[in-house]
Amino acid sequence: MTRLLIAAALAGLIGLSLGIGAASLFEGDGGWLLLVSRLPRTLAALLAGAGLALAGVVVQLVVQNRLVEPSLTGTPESAMLGMLAVTLIAPGAAIALKMGVAAAAGLVGMAGFLALAARVPRADPMLLPIVGMIYAAIIGAVCTWIAWATDLMQFLGAWRLGEFSGVMQGRYEWLWGIAALAVVLYVLADRITLLGLGAAQARSLGLDYGQTRVLGLVIVAAITALVMVTVGNFPFVGLVAPNLVSRWKGDNLRANLPLIALGGGALVLGADVIGRIVRYPFEIPAATIFSVFGAAVFLWLLNARPGRRAHG
Amino acid sequence: MIETRALAYRAGQTDILHGIDLTIPRGGITALIGPNGAGKSSLLHCVSGLNQPSEGSVTIDGLDPYAASSRERARTVALLQQSPTVVSRLKVAELVGFGRWPHHRGRPTTEDNDKTRAALAAFALDDLADRSLETLSGGQRQRAFIAMAYAQDTPWMLLDEPLNALDPRHARDLMARLHGLSRGEQGRSIVIVLHDINAAAGWADRIVAMKDGRVFAHEESAALLTPETLREVFDTPFQVLRHEGRPVVVAR
Repeated sequence: MTRLLIAAALAGLIGLSLGIGAASLFEGDGGWLLLVSRLPRTLAALLAGAGLALAGVVVQLVVQNRLVEPSLTGTPESAMLGMLAVTLIAPGAAIALKMGVAAAAGLVGMAGFLALAARVPRADPMLLPIVGMIYAAIIGAVCTWIAWATDLMQFLGAWRLGEFSGVMQGRYEWLWGIAALAVVLYVLADRITLLGLGAAQARSLGLDYGQTRVLGLVIVAAITALVMVTVGNFPFVGLVAPNLVSRWKGDNLRANLPLIALGGGALVLGADVIGRIVRYPFEIPAATIFSVFGAAVFLWLLNARPGRRAHG
Repeated sequence: MIETRALAYRAGQTDILHGIDLTIPRGGITALIGPNGAGKSSLLHCVSGLNQPSEGSVTIDGLDPYAASSRERARTVALLQQSPTVVSRLKVAELVGFGRWPHHRGRPTTEDNDKTRAALAAFALDDLADRSLETLSGGQRQRAFIAMAYAQDTPWMLLDEPLNALDPRHARDLMARLHGLSRGEQGRSIVIVLHDINAAAGWADRIVAMKDGRVFAHEESAALLTPETLREVFDTPFQVLRHEGRPVVVAR
């Protein structure tokens, strides 16, 4: 029953996304419009949302803190720094190379966050996201400074604020990489769930802890870079989708991974659809819409956490 | 048999364990006692293959846990870490099922599922199987983690302060269960860190007392529990009474 409801809601959302736009599908070359613009846009939102949600759950299990997501670990900002560097040094570089550099920079940024996190007391789970927020803001400020000095603010703006108005056939296909990474994550799901039990327990069960952790974080950095470079960053998706699913279904990643991905995709697509409706025929970036909703859910999570003492 | 030879462990600049020569035979319950900071947890971690000793050697049933594959190690020794501070919303059955992971690596067989069920039953967790860990009391959660270590089906179970967070009744229940599991041909060999000396006195076959990173004494339980030894180990006076043939230790 629930499955049917979810499928129906998702189908409705996709229908809306395909149908809404300044031009009508039923005049002129509607089929072409659908294929070149509306469908890519819908798929891009679903893939980006799914990717960010999965990146979020992996980070949460790795640092054993539910209130953390890639945007609260400085990963997107570090990836932006990488993109700025490659744009300045080799502006003509192939997009694959740019993404590789962005992902590598994101990984380095995340490693920096983990080094910080190891020094943050665990007693209060709120502390870690605050540290992450400050860390991300510092790297973000460096990005702004460099972009300002080199006249690249426009690029930076596009990476920071995720939106889908520019998505067309031929401009979003990199996001399919997320589908591939999701399959890899599904294969690794048990191992990543074990990471959530902590180093000693996971290693005692024969998990290669360090290697699994690095692998998970490489996937997170890759997803973050893919999304950021293609459609821009979306804060909170990695926080909201995994937390909603975890509250409902628990923490077994193998069982919940499809639902987390679906949830993230639906949330981002929903934000995009709302952004297209509220000031029709103008658009509000999906990331702006989502931030309002995401911030509200984040505040709710802070207050509604059951058993504050024992968890976090 | 667990054997350590001149085992030393250092964390950063701090020497935690010094020259530990210890032999723990198979079978029964071996209790590790000693004051806070004596190195009990570090010793368990060294033996279970998680903290590489800085000097000396350790073998467990002849296996060097640092040379063996992680899988082989996880099929020989299960470790329950001290007060698992887990954020998890795994269900009890899922957690206990992960005890089988070293055996199936993601593809559980019917045998794995049977052993998971048996572990749930052995620790009276059947009724809690579908409950999320976060909804459990501290004692129930502790039991779930021990059941996971049991499901791992290793000859050796190393338990770091499993009586933490347990009230006297549940502590007694748990010790009785572990005692039962350690008997017989198929019995597990259990090494357990205890702060409650009387629990050690009542249930352990052997006691290893540690102090300042060294093994201070290692005896059949009754022989170790003298006021003199205890006083030296804990730096506080004790009285040892006898009740129904068992020593009862009272801190004075």
